[in-house]
Amino acid sequence: MRYWEKWTGFENDAIQAVVNDFNKSQDRIYVDMMQVSQPDQKLILATAGGNPPDVAGLWSFSVSSFAEKGALTPLNRRIEKAGITEQQYIPALWDLCEHRGMVWGLPSTPATVALHWNRRLFLEAGLDPDKPPTSLEELDRIAEQLTIVEVKRDGEPVRVRFTELTDQEREVKDFDIIQLGFNPHEPGWWKQMWGYWFGADLWDGDRTIRANAPENIEAFEWIAGYTEKYGVKNMLSFGESFGNFSSPQNPFLDERIAMVIQGVWMYNFIEKFSPHLDWAAAPFPSAYPDTLPNVTIVECDVLVIPTGARHPDEAFEFIQYVNSRGPMEKLCLGQRKFSALVDYSDAFIEEHPNPYIEVFIELAKSPNGITTPRTPIWESYEDELIVAADRAYRHIATPEEALGYAQNRAALAMERNLRIWDATAEARMKAWAEQ
Amino acid sequence: MTKGERRQFLTGLAFVSPWVIGFLVFGLYPIAMAAYYSFCNYNVLQDAQFVGLINYQEMIGDDVLWKALYNTMFYAVFSVPLGLIVALMFAVLLNKPIFGQSVFRVMFYVPSIVPLVAIAMIWLWVFNGDVGLLNYVLSLIGIDGPNWLADPAWTKPTLILSAVWTVGGAMVLFLAGLQDVPRSLYESAELDGAGPGRQFWHITVPMVSPVIYFNMIMGIIYSIQEFVKPYVMLPDGGPDRSALFFAVYLYQSAFRDLRMGYASAMAMLMFVLIVLLTWAATKLVQKRIYYEGA
Repeated sequence: MRYWEKWTGFENDAIQAVVNDFNKSQDRIYVDMMQVSQPDQKLILATAGGNPPDVAGLWSFSVSSFAEKGALTPLNRRIEKAGITEQQYIPALWDLCEHRGMVWGLPSTPATVALHWNRRLFLEAGLDPDKPPTSLEELDRIAEQLTIVEVKRDGEPVRVRFTELTDQEREVKDFDIIQLGFNPHEPGWWKQMWGYWFGADLWDGDRTIRANAPENIEAFEWIAGYTEKYGVKNMLSFGESFGNFSSPQNPFLDERIAMVIQGVWMYNFIEKFSPHLDWAAAPFPSAYPDTLPNVTIVECDVLVIPTGARHPDEAFEFIQYVNSRGPMEKLCLGQRKFSALVDYSDAFIEEHPNPYIEVFIELAKSPNGITTPRTPIWESYEDELIVAADRAYRHIATPEEALGYAQNRAALAMERNLRIWDATAEARMKAWAEQ
Repeated sequence: MTKGERRQFLTGLAFVSPWVIGFLVFGLYPIAMAAYYSFCNYNVLQDAQFVGLINYQEMIGDDVLWKALYNTMFYAVFSVPLGLIVALMFAVLLNKPIFGQSVFRVMFYVPSIVPLVAIAMIWLWVFNGDVGLLNYVLSLIGIDGPNWLADPAWTKPTLILSAVWTVGGAMVLFLAGLQDVPRSLYESAELDGAGPGRQFWHITVPMVSPVIYFNMIMGIIYSIQEFVKPYVMLPDGGPDRSALFFAVYLYQSAFRDLRMGYASAMAMLMFVLIVLLTWAATKLVQKRIYYEGA
C-alpha cells in the first residue's frame, strides 16, 4: 500500500517508526511510505492521472479544496463502522477534517501557535521575565522597551532603548535597529491572519468573504502601526538580515528579536540551533483579552485517501491505526507536537521534551482556537490577504484600501466557486453518500 | 505515383514517423487541447465543462493579469536589448586573438548551461539586501545598496540583471557570425581611416545582423515565457506583486487554484502576444538585415 508523506529529518523518523510498527503488527498489509515534497500539487496530478497513492499526508488547509473538487474519498461510512467518534478528538481538529458535512480525513499531527519570548532580554530591559504581556496593547508597550536602536547624537553613534529616544528622534526615525522587541511580520507565516486576535473571522463559514470587516481593518492598522513607529525602511533593512528560519541566524534564535509568534515545533529549532536560549511560551495576547482570551491558530496534518485509491479499506485500516492512542502519541512525541486525541496518557506529558507543551494543548482546546477558513478558495484568498498585509506594512496602501481590494478579488473567486458548486451540489452529495 | 515512387515515399515516411508521432502527441495535441480548454472550466479532477468565452471575459477584468503582463513586458523590453548588447560585446571581445582565448570563451559560456534553479538560488543570496555579495561590493565603493528582492521598485531590475548572466548561448551564435565577416572589409576600412568604433558600427553590426535578428526573436520568445527565475526567487510574485510574471501567474492559476481553463486562456493570450511581437519586430528590422549573398 502506498503512502505519500511530506516530512523529512526527525519528523520523518517519527512517522517511519509508526509505519514500521504497523507493518510488524500484521502481515496482510505492507505500507510503503514515500517522502514527497509539495504533496498537495503532486497528489492532485496523480489523482487526475488515475494513479494516486492509497494514503497521503496533506495539510489541513488543502482538505476543503481537494474534497470539493472530488479528489478525496469520504470516510463517513468507515469511521462509523470503526467506532471512531468526534468526541475522541480535540474539537477544532475534527472540524479541520470536515467539509460540507462529510469527513475527509483524520488528523495525524496537530499544531498551535503561541507567544515565545526571550527571558534574558526581558531581564535586561527591566521586565519580569516570567510575566508575558496579557494584552496586545501591553505587548506593543514593552516591545518599545525591548527595542534597541543606534542613533547619531552629536555626531557619535549611540545605542539607546527606543523608550529613551526624544520625540524629535522618533519623528525623524533616522536610526538603525539593533534589537527589536516584536515584528508582526516575523516569521510572516501568519501575517494574513492577525485579524483573529482582533475578533475578525475572515469568512462567515459559508458563502461570504469578510476580508474588510472592521476588526480585520483594525488588525491591519495595528500591523501598519509598527512600521509607522519604527520606520518602514528601518524595519525592512533589519528584516533583510534575517537568515534562514532553520538556522542559527533565525532572528529569535540569535536573540535579535525578543518576542515572536511561533508554533509548537519552535522548541525543536531552539534545541538544535540555540540551546542556551532562555525562553518561555504563553498564549499570544489578543487586542481584547477580557472577551477574547487564548486566541490561537489550530492547524494539523491530515491523512486522506485519494479518489481512485486501489486499496481504500486497507488505507483506512492504517489511518485508524495511526489514530489510536499508542501510535498517535508515539508519532506526536517523535515530532515533539501534542496529540490530536482528547484522551492522552500522563506519560506523554512527562516524557515530552517541550517544557511548555501544555500551553499548546490548552490553546488547541480553547474556544478561541481558530482554524484557517475551511473554504475551497482559501489559497487564493490567502494570497490576497498576504499582498494586503504587505501593502499595509510598507505603507503602500492604507489598511482599508488594501483590504478593500483583497475583498473584491476574494469575493470574485468565491462567487466563481459557488457558481460551480451550486450547479453540481446535489449530484456530488449523492455520490459522496454512496461511497 | 508509380509503385517504386510509392515505396520510396512510404519508406521515407516510416523514417520520419518517430518525429511526426512525437510532434503530434507531445506537441500538437497538447496545444490543441489547451485551445479547447481555454473555452472550458476544467480542474483536472473532473471533466471539462464548455463555457464559451467566460475565461476570456474574466481575463479582461482581471487586474492581477494586467499587472503580470506589465511586469513581463517591462522585463522583456529591457532584458532583450541588454542581453543582445552584452552578448555581442562579449563575442567581439572573445574574438580577439589573445592568450587564453578558449579559456575565456568557456568561462563566459558555462553560466548558460548551469540549471536555472541553481542560478536562481545563487542569485537569491547575491541579491540579499543585507548580507548579499552585491550590496557588500557596492558598500566597498560607498554605495548603500537597496533591498533588491524586498523592495517593489527593485525586484524587476534585479531579474533583468540576472538575465544577463545567461547570454552564453546568444554569445556563441554571435561568435560564429563574427567568423563569417571577411577580414578584407576591416582592412579596407582601416585604410580609409575608420577607428574601431566606426568599424564595429558599420561593418561588424551589419554583417552579423541576421544573427542579431535571430537572437532578438529568440530573446523575445524566451523573455515573455520567463518562469524559473521569478518563480524560485520570488514565488508569490514578490512584494506587492511587483515581480509577478505572466508565466508565474499562469502556473498559480493552473496548479494552485486548479483553474486549468483560465490558465489555458492565458496561454492562448501569451501565444498571440508572442506572435504579434515577433511579427512587429520582424517588420521593424527587416530592411536593416543584410544577408550576404542575397
